[in-house]
Amino acid sequence: MTQTRLVEVRQNVLKHNDVLARELRIRFQKAGVFVASFVSSPGSGKTAFLEKTLTKLRSQYRIAALVGDLATANDAARLARAEVPVKQIVTGTICHLEAQMVSDSLQDWDLNELDCLFIENVGNLVCPSSYDLGEALRVVLISTTEGEDKPLKYPTIFNTADVAVITKMDLAEAVEFDLKAAHASIQAVRPAMQVFEVSSKTGAGMDEWLEFLQSKFVDGRV
Amino acid sequence: MHELSIALSIVEMATEESNKRGGAKVDAVHLKLGRLSGVVKDALLFSWEIACQGTTLEGSRLEITEIPVVVHCENCKTDQTLAEINNFSCPVCDEPTPEVMQGRELEVTALEIIE
Repeated sequence: MTQTRLVEVRQNVLKHNDVLARELRIRFQKAGVFVASFVSSPGSGKTAFLEKTLTKLRSQYRIAALVGDLATANDAARLARAEVPVKQIVTGTICHLEAQMVSDSLQDWDLNELDCLFIENVGNLVCPSSYDLGEALRVVLISTTEGEDKPLKYPTIFNTADVAVITKMDLAEAVEFDLKAAHASIQAVRPAMQVFEVSSKTGAGMDEWLEFLQSKFVDGRV
Repeated sequence: MHELSIALSIVEMATEESNKRGGAKVDAVHLKLGRLSGVVKDALLFSWEIACQGTTLEGSRLEITEIPVVVHCENCKTDQTLAEINNFSCPVCDEPTPEVMQGRELEVTALEIIE
């Protein structure tokens, strides 16, 4: 006679990723590298924002960047214009980066030679939220052209992020972006989250962002 | 959509557990799914059948228990369950509640094994 028995298991489904991310975090800390990852929907201006950030910081710090995309290496080519080491992670059909991909792409880089590493995730506001990449700071971007309620529609990714950046502020007026409503949406899903307002095109707001980021570099090394 | 790869991980996990028990047939996998896990229940259930195809788990069920988001309210000094995941404020006093106590779970809790 067959019988069904309940066997207790208790295993985190993403255990493999979480363990690897923890190992990466320890490696980064030991090497004194501050690691920030960037998540957003496609077309929110991540690459332009990163290019600007890299260009501003490269004279003072040793920086490198990893860029995740489904198919092309276009973003890596754009970031390489900032004249820092850049590597593209082509994910194929996978809609997010995982700790394993980060680990694999670091193989021929000496982390001791770096002060900070930026990881640009695949443009996606859903899937990246589940995967820890070992980063010290997760930055979520929302552009003024997307609508103020994006955070309410994608609460998980905003909740897992540490800071938010509102991009394309130069277009805010033209698209009648309601800044107050956007801030309220962000605070609703992640109370007390720090928010920066920037325009990669005009450079507005970049100083505050860079000052914040550099204060983190120091924290990260302690 | 990353639910298929999550489903494949669960199948892999359950297969390992089954192998540890001499290849026992798995009838069902019990999963705790937090509402802040970033994984959608329906998409995961949809992926389950596909993920099981050609494995010893073919024909098995995925039993999902959804875990609501519980936050700690500093003002009330109590834990509160949120009705919606896009409004992190205390349902009693309306103060913002950033501290998440529960709701990120993505955990296989048990297997139903046929003996």
